[in-house]
Amino acid sequence: MSASVGKADTGPEQPTSFAFTPENVEKAKAIIAKYPSGRQQSAVMPLLDLAQRQCGNWLPRVAMDAVADMLSMPRIKAYEVATFYSMYNLKPVGKHFVQVCTTTPCWLVGSAAIVDTCKKRLGIGLGETTADGKFTLVEVECLGACVNAPMAQINDEYYEDLTPENTVALLDALTEGRPVAPGSQTGRKGSQAASGPTSLRAMAQAAGVEG
Amino acid sequence: MLNDSDRIFTNLYGWQSFGLEAARRRGDWDNTAAIIAKGRDAIVEEMKQSGMRGRGGAGFPTGMKWSFMPKTSDKPHYLVVNADEGEPGTCKDRDILRFDPHKLLEGCLIASFAMGAHACYIYIRGEFYREASNVQTAIDEAYAAGLLGKNAAGSGWDFDIYLHLGMGAYICGEETALIESIEGKKGQPRNKPPFPAMAGLYSCPTTVNNVETIAAAPTIMRRGAAWFAGLGRPKNSGTKLFCISGHVNQPCNVEEEMGIPLKELIDKHAGGVRGGWDNLLAVIPGGSSTPMIPRDVCDTVLMDFDSLRDARSGLGTAAVIVMDRSTDLIRAIARLAKFYMHESCGQCTPCREGTGWMWRVMERLARGNARVEEIDMLLDVSKEIEGHTICAHGDAAAWPIQGLMRHFRPLVEQRIAAYHSDQGHGHRMAAE
Repeated sequence: MSASVGKADTGPEQPTSFAFTPENVEKAKAIIAKYPSGRQQSAVMPLLDLAQRQCGNWLPRVAMDAVADMLSMPRIKAYEVATFYSMYNLKPVGKHFVQVCTTTPCWLVGSAAIVDTCKKRLGIGLGETTADGKFTLVEVECLGACVNAPMAQINDEYYEDLTPENTVALLDALTEGRPVAPGSQTGRKGSQAASGPTSLRAMAQAAGVEG
Repeated sequence: MLNDSDRIFTNLYGWQSFGLEAARRRGDWDNTAAIIAKGRDAIVEEMKQSGMRGRGGAGFPTGMKWSFMPKTSDKPHYLVVNADEGEPGTCKDRDILRFDPHKLLEGCLIASFAMGAHACYIYIRGEFYREASNVQTAIDEAYAAGLLGKNAAGSGWDFDIYLHLGMGAYICGEETALIESIEGKKGQPRNKPPFPAMAGLYSCPTTVNNVETIAAAPTIMRRGAAWFAGLGRPKNSGTKLFCISGHVNQPCNVEEEMGIPLKELIDKHAGGVRGGWDNLLAVIPGGSSTPMIPRDVCDTVLMDFDSLRDARSGLGTAAVIVMDRSTDLIRAIARLAKFYMHESCGQCTPCREGTGWMWRVMERLARGNARVEEIDMLLDVSKEIEGHTICAHGDAAAWPIQGLMRHFRPLVEQRIAAYHSDQGHGHRMAAE
């Protein structure tokens, strides 16, 4: 009997086989080449990530096995990595994986209201997926965009300077398949003060940022 | 206020392209070979003279750290750049990665040469997908322009840079956990010694530096140690990226001179405290691990390593988290306690068990559902965690709670009294 990754590998959604696509095999080779010979285990994290992307943003156990075998490492070592790092999804998630930061800097400026807004608009609780499979909602720890708080990550993108209103607009756009712009949802440039930069004014003017 | 002419990070807000051509116009990669030609010892000495202290939180002198690498060895040497930014409140390295990556890459070449390293890994937290994408683009540009690879930038030094993305683990910001992670393992910190300079990545001599530290190195080399040391105060020199979040009118990142008064930093760059300075309750001055300081300390404290140490806190990553009088401080710290519990790697018992225990007690204190003597019990336990773990995660979990009790213990006692008088609840004791 093969090793277990806890309850995660017993769900009905677990596929019975996995193989990298030819394109991803080439990507995997390039990743492995980043590390010294004999140190191919270093590639386990990026390869698990690659597998997760191929599987639609979650990591079935057979994919962990395939990665471990590809790197000639014990499968249990790949399971250890997959279960240690929070970005590996051991269960399927929705098409839009909404991760709202609720750590103190975001909490101070209203992340609880953003979580509530998401719950109401999507009709699901934390850790749940909508019936149509479009959204999964979770809260996460600090995502490192604290001066643009509150914020959320949806798949690979950050959405910052959230308010309940612009969160609703964002979720509705995703629901309807309309394009959305990552970054600040209030139009702020990067991490500068919303009222305009307090430094580097000459550069700002040269770049046409501030009159 | 710092003159614009003394700023290192001139594309902090991303007004210009992060690409090579724009970076060159900002002064990056300008005759890097001439800097390399000064020689290894001269570069390390220049860094020492500049007074640069590591920008990742610990503030260890950078030049000295570089000097710990062996002069000769039969193993490859590595530079590892810690871009696993995740200390709550901190979002400064992100701006370097996404808007000024060439500054970092040039710094990697200079630092690596100074430490005898032909290879560098930049470890970026996986959530920074866009940022990592920009850095990879910059790396590709630099290879195409001959700035990396064989005879990098015409320096005679062969040099390669590789990206390695994290996958969601705050603890990998600890240097030995980060090394474990690059080796393809769980990010669990190693015992020291041996220190990474002796046995780090793949058991080879390794130095781990923060993004901001490395990215500042080329400018220090060009403008000289005296320029950098002339900013700020002795042993607290140079410029620094500050992140100002929380209850300010204009949260932002900004580069300022080390030692700027906290009040000036908040008033000039962040639009002041919401509701005015008198509405300030407390500030966490250097990222979540640094103990909070109350308003009267905020009135006068300077933002550098030694001034904040004297105030029984720390500069940390210079991430200023501002909390006004509307803040439930107990709940703010309880949320940080949850963060440290979530991010404990589980290796050391005091941290694995203690962070969860402290969070549960903090949650009850936030409701008031506790006994007054539990405050001392909590402090006792925090002292048992602090200093009794392999890495500083246990310390970092203990300090915010200690800071709260140091300055706002009466608030916690009032919460307990109010709970019991209002609701007539029985007592629960910390048999958590």
